[in-house]
Amino acid sequence: MSPSFTPWLRHPTVLRIVSPLLLGAVLLSLWQLACVAWKVPVYLVPSPADIGRTLVSDGPMLLGALWMTLKITFFSFALAVLIGTLAAFVFVQSRVLEASLFPYAILLQVTPVVAVAPLIIIWCSNTTLALVICATLVAIFPIIANTVLGLRSVNPGLLNLFRLNRASRWQVLLRLRIPSALPCFFAGLRIASGLALIGAVVAEFVAGTGGTGAGLAYQILQAGFQLNIPRLFAALLLIALTGVALFSLMALLARLSLRNWHESELG
Amino acid sequence: MLMQTITPADARPQALPGTDSVGVQTPLFANQVEKTYSNGTQALSRVKLAIQRGEFVSLLGPSGCGKSTLLKMFAGLEQPSAGHVRWWGKDSPASPTQGQSLAMVFQEATLMPWARVSDNVRLPLDLAGVPKAQSQPKVDAALALVGLDRFSQVYPRELSGGMQMRASIARALATEPNLLLMDEPFGALDEFTRNKLDSDLRQLWASRDLTVVFVTHSIFEAVYLSSRVVVMGARPGRVIADIEIDGPLERDEAYRTSPAFIEQCARLSRLLAQANGDIC
Repeated sequence: MSPSFTPWLRHPTVLRIVSPLLLGAVLLSLWQLACVAWKVPVYLVPSPADIGRTLVSDGPMLLGALWMTLKITFFSFALAVLIGTLAAFVFVQSRVLEASLFPYAILLQVTPVVAVAPLIIIWCSNTTLALVICATLVAIFPIIANTVLGLRSVNPGLLNLFRLNRASRWQVLLRLRIPSALPCFFAGLRIASGLALIGAVVAEFVAGTGGTGAGLAYQILQAGFQLNIPRLFAALLLIALTGVALFSLMALLARLSLRNWHESELG
Repeated sequence: MLMQTITPADARPQALPGTDSVGVQTPLFANQVEKTYSNGTQALSRVKLAIQRGEFVSLLGPSGCGKSTLLKMFAGLEQPSAGHVRWWGKDSPASPTQGQSLAMVFQEATLMPWARVSDNVRLPLDLAGVPKAQSQPKVDAALALVGLDRFSQVYPRELSGGMQMRASIARALATEPNLLLMDEPFGALDEFTRNKLDSDLRQLWASRDLTVVFVTHSIFEAVYLSSRVVVMGARPGRVIADIEIDGPLERDEAYRTSPAFIEQCARLSRLLAQANGDIC
């Protein structure tokens, strides 16, 4: 390797973006080659080319399903952020409140959504609403836990400074606790965005074909019944890409708001 | 050598009945102040101390002698278990009226990492509800005073440790305090930076109507800066000696090596050794 080539390859941007893409391309080619070389039947493992063709031919249907799943994900994510942050603010107001409420937040977290989903679906006449509730239940805990941690992680010296200057409770919250909480809050957002998607898909699975289901999980179930493996893979791919996109969006948000000052976003 | 004499301030009508007469000329008065923590540790034992307007007083002592605790009480951040503290003869440091405000500089710079230097310096004024149009000139003046005027728009992490401390001092000065409490502010800095900041601080004090209470465990720093050194001993924290420091008003780098300076340091050093020799 020539010396002039090495720095380019080791450039952080190149390393972060080009190298995983390169690896992906290599793996896809190997997959394609293996499928062709060993004549793997398409109902077992479709080749990347088969999946690509299905993506195009079933495109409108799959995109419709994706839109449905996205809607549930976004609504539940927004709800989780809203309710989770409010809950965190309530928790940090008093130790008594936190002590009495936190065990129930943990209870929500440890109960598998698959186990609760049937109940919620029975109770809610509106399937979409039921799905949103399920996904929110999955996504809310990391928001609460991280925001509480963040709101409590205040530099004691700064707190003394605020007290010395007779800052009101409100000023301490706005000018000290909320900025201090941002790094933890964004870490929570990152986890919760992925969980909202998982929650949406899992809940849809539980709702099953009986629901008004038109989301990606429904497409996967249907494709499984019909042994339409390329479509199953295509739906899977869309879910995975959505997850990556959500994660990147959260990372971008964190970067935009923390890049000037927080260690995690420097360099 | 032990001067436990507390000069009572001029008897003014503000003097509280039943206490030593302290008034507007006495920014700080600690009367038989004690601090005992809930685990039984006695941090301070019957400290009586008056600090007069315009003094530069260092609280000097080994770690664990309660000097930081005493300073926190002076800031109103901690309550004494017994005794009381008076600020300009009043029982609370609240309501900064003309000529009676206090500010504090902590051991660490304690700047908000998310705010630019000028926003950090403006914080006390913001919290007091001063409109930005009025506070900005004060912020600029304070930054110029500590030599950071060119760095008002950077974030704290872009500053060196010494410059962060300067920003912290500017934040305290922005409120134009009459009483400045400093808790080992330069303890974490290297010796060159520390000497420079010491001499800048000394000049700043000499140039305005400012009373400073400065906590340190460095004899040299205490002698260089102060007009008076209060020596404290540990277990329990108490005042051992209260010494006037003779020295020129203008103290330059040469003063650090002058015989007068070294003699004062030696005197303090003997006192500290006497008081703590059996414990340390």
